[in-house]
Amino acid sequence: MATSSDRNPPPFPATDVSKPGLSDLLDGDSDEGDDIFVSNRTSPLFVSRGVSQPERVREEPADLFSQEEAGTDTARSNGVNSDDDNDLFAEAQSDLDTNTSSSAVQPHISSSSGPRPASSFQQNPAAMQHTSLEQLEEEEAKDSFDVDVAVTNPEKVGDGMNAYVAYKVFTRSSLPLFKSKAFSVRRRFSDFLGLYEKLSAKQTLHGCIIPPPPEKSVVGMTKVKVGMDDPSSVEFVERRRAALERYLQRVVSHPSLVQDPDVREFLEKDDLPRAVNTQTLSGAGFLKMINRASDAVNKMTIKMNESDTWFEDKLQEVEAEEQQLRKLHSVVDSLVNHRKELCGNTAIFAKSMAMLGNSEDNTALSRALSQLAEVEDKMEQLHQEQAASDFFILAELLADYIRLLGAVRGCLDQRMRAWQRWQEAQSTLQKKRETEAKLLWANKPDKLQQAKDEITEWETKVTQYERDFDRIGMTVRKEFLRFEKDKAKDFKSQIIKYLEAMMKSQQRFIKFWEAFLPEAKAIA
Amino acid sequence: MMQEGLDDGPDFLSEEDRGPRAVNVDLEMDATLQVDISDALSERDKVKFTVHTKSTLPNFKQNEFSVVRQHEEFIWLHDSFVENEDYAGYIIPPAPPRPDFDASREKLQKLGEGEGSMTKEEFTKMKQELEAEYLAIFKKTVAMHEVFLCRVAAHPVLRKDLNFHVFLEYNQDLSVRGKNKKEKLEDFFKNVVKSADGVLVAGVKDVDDFFEHEKTFLLEYHNRVKDSSAKCDRMIRSHKNAADDMNRIASSLYTLGTQDSTDLCKFFLKVSELFEKTRKIEARVAADEDLKLADLLKYYLRESQAAKDLLYRRSRSLVDYENANKALDKARAKNRDVMQAENNQQLCCHKFEKISESAKQELIDFKTRRVAAFRKNLVELAELELKHAKGNLQLLQSCLGVLKGNT
Repeated sequence: MATSSDRNPPPFPATDVSKPGLSDLLDGDSDEGDDIFVSNRTSPLFVSRGVSQPERVREEPADLFSQEEAGTDTARSNGVNSDDDNDLFAEAQSDLDTNTSSSAVQPHISSSSGPRPASSFQQNPAAMQHTSLEQLEEEEAKDSFDVDVAVTNPEKVGDGMNAYVAYKVFTRSSLPLFKSKAFSVRRRFSDFLGLYEKLSAKQTLHGCIIPPPPEKSVVGMTKVKVGMDDPSSVEFVERRRAALERYLQRVVSHPSLVQDPDVREFLEKDDLPRAVNTQTLSGAGFLKMINRASDAVNKMTIKMNESDTWFEDKLQEVEAEEQQLRKLHSVVDSLVNHRKELCGNTAIFAKSMAMLGNSEDNTALSRALSQLAEVEDKMEQLHQEQAASDFFILAELLADYIRLLGAVRGCLDQRMRAWQRWQEAQSTLQKKRETEAKLLWANKPDKLQQAKDEITEWETKVTQYERDFDRIGMTVRKEFLRFEKDKAKDFKSQIIKYLEAMMKSQQRFIKFWEAFLPEAKAIA
Repeated sequence: MMQEGLDDGPDFLSEEDRGPRAVNVDLEMDATLQVDISDALSERDKVKFTVHTKSTLPNFKQNEFSVVRQHEEFIWLHDSFVENEDYAGYIIPPAPPRPDFDASREKLQKLGEGEGSMTKEEFTKMKQELEAEYLAIFKKTVAMHEVFLCRVAAHPVLRKDLNFHVFLEYNQDLSVRGKNKKEKLEDFFKNVVKSADGVLVAGVKDVDDFFEHEKTFLLEYHNRVKDSSAKCDRMIRSHKNAADDMNRIASSLYTLGTQDSTDLCKFFLKVSELFEKTRKIEARVAADEDLKLADLLKYYLRESQAAKDLLYRRSRSLVDYENANKALDKARAKNRDVMQAENNQQLCCHKFEKISESAKQELIDFKTRRVAAFRKNLVELAELELKHAKGNLQLLQSCLGVLKGNT
């Protein structure tokens, strides 16, 4: 059993039973799963590094190679990494040495094929290939395992206050878990929110960083509903569309989430039942608010006995980072506003210059001034584009990550709640034992049996909760690593994109002024 | 203390700043009389300019000498020109605006108060910026005072003015006090009367085509320059604001970068450096636009006003001449005080003709000067914009090279 579980560990966070070949490992009370976890837990490497070993945990390798296809289960024989990775995994399988595998893994990230968007890697919930031969074979099939998601074509549906905007969600994937290779559905904003709600509520996904959707905006939506076609509404819709696309891309690039049936349903099903519990003023909405408040109170009162400082450190890191990002975001916002202002003022100035040029009676100077007015006009356009770039590339990136860090904190909270539950179960067990002792002393045999039953029940619960807690801990650690890598990549690629846009705009700037210079020199 | 990139040196005025700056006016310097401001000191609420003269004219005691003057003394000199009837036919060089450090000083004060709420680096950075701003304003005011003196020195008639010589040479305080409230009120009323009169006078159609054309032209031109000047200022202010934001982004990125020593953090540090450098360039661009464009427009706003004043004086004298003619006719008809009326008429005629002649020349000169100044400044503006854009481009290219290489 040990070997088989080595080869195919059950996909532990998402117990997605729809996978053939794996479902036999997952049964009702996942005893086998427990054993594996137990053995994992005692493995010294695992504990010391806080990183699950690749062959034991399916997500790990793909997390490290988020831009490449990860290997998958033998039964399916799909998805594989490049040659280098094959060797690594072979190595990893054979010596169970996480150290070499992960450290050797890092350089390969950079050498691997670069420009694949985050959305297009896929993760499969099974073990890595053992034999390099199989992996070599699968290398051919590498490219077909993307999940590409795009959100396009926002269209207003309906009229008046009941109007909404429907987006086309287009998915392209060669994963067998989808019904076809490419398909699209129409979704509205509340559908996206509904998806998030469903995912957040899942026990099995606890500990995972569920990407948060973009925020609701009453003002923005009202304007769109009322039918105003002004540039701010257009910008609002575009901003939302881009944010929804990024949201979905993050969801499908998460190894556990992409296999989730709700996600699949979201992407595939033509008609989705409307998610009414996402409305702010609904009963569910109020319930959520109350829950959030009680959670906050809980957090304040519970002080967790942290055996592993890793979590505490990470929490502090996350909080500090969130604060910094917020600050940065507000400054970038200010920059966007000032640039828009500059835009407007430049346009006004250009017109004024043109008038001045008209009234100038020296012809050469008059022409030069008109030319200057034109240059300034072009400047305005450049500033406009620059402001858009500032916003869509930089500000939105920061906003996304601020929300994501919130989600990260959320999963740390979930771990804490799991700990709480475990502790509470332990104290209940304790109480039950005391009751039993009392009954023994009072010599009431009938109630004694009941007490004994309860004790057994609570003992199992305690073990269960303890396992849950550890499992969540492991998930959280894994997720953190994946998150850090994704974040680094995201930031780097976006900032580079931003700087490249800046560079292009400077080049055009130069062209404009170079055209103007001879005109200025021609003044006589 | 000095911001890198701006003219710096231990004293306020570097080598580049010495010598005739003549930013907005194209002046021929001749050896018989050269004036410049060799130094300037900023005290609490006044600025002391060291006016340095080099001259071969016999009426000065020495060939080279310096005096210290304050803003009020410049104004006194200007006003003495305006009030001098003999100079009615000339465009009086516009007076330099009062040195205004209030805004800058307020900002420095606010910065001092807010010292506790920001990190040491942020504080030093902002302090540096404000000092640079202060320095820039200072340089501008020196330039404007100097241009005024140079214009006077270059004018064939005004340079011989006695008050001017006293201004240049008398090394004691001129005891020119600023106008007190009563005098300011008088001035205000004078201006009101003048503008009302100006409207009346402007209505008088001129026989001379040249002057008629100039009148319409100047009126329109003056208004448009005023408009452009205000809008240019707004544009430049937005530009400065955007550059300031980049500074804060740079600081923020720096803080993010120093949290840790991961790859991402090193990336952040590099980007922060880039923003820092690019912001300096942007600030320079805004400053150059200010100098070459905004100042140019402001100066010609003032000069076109001075030209309008000249036209007004001429029209006034024309009206006087016509009135004198009418009076003469009346006197002849009544055969009383004919001699007096005749003399008066002769005077008015003479005055009018004198003004017209010099005015024509002055207006032609004004045009030539204006075209030359615009040309010079626009060319320099374009060249500077290009220089900065190329600098920016190079920065971005090299930074991108490094960043892409690392990732």
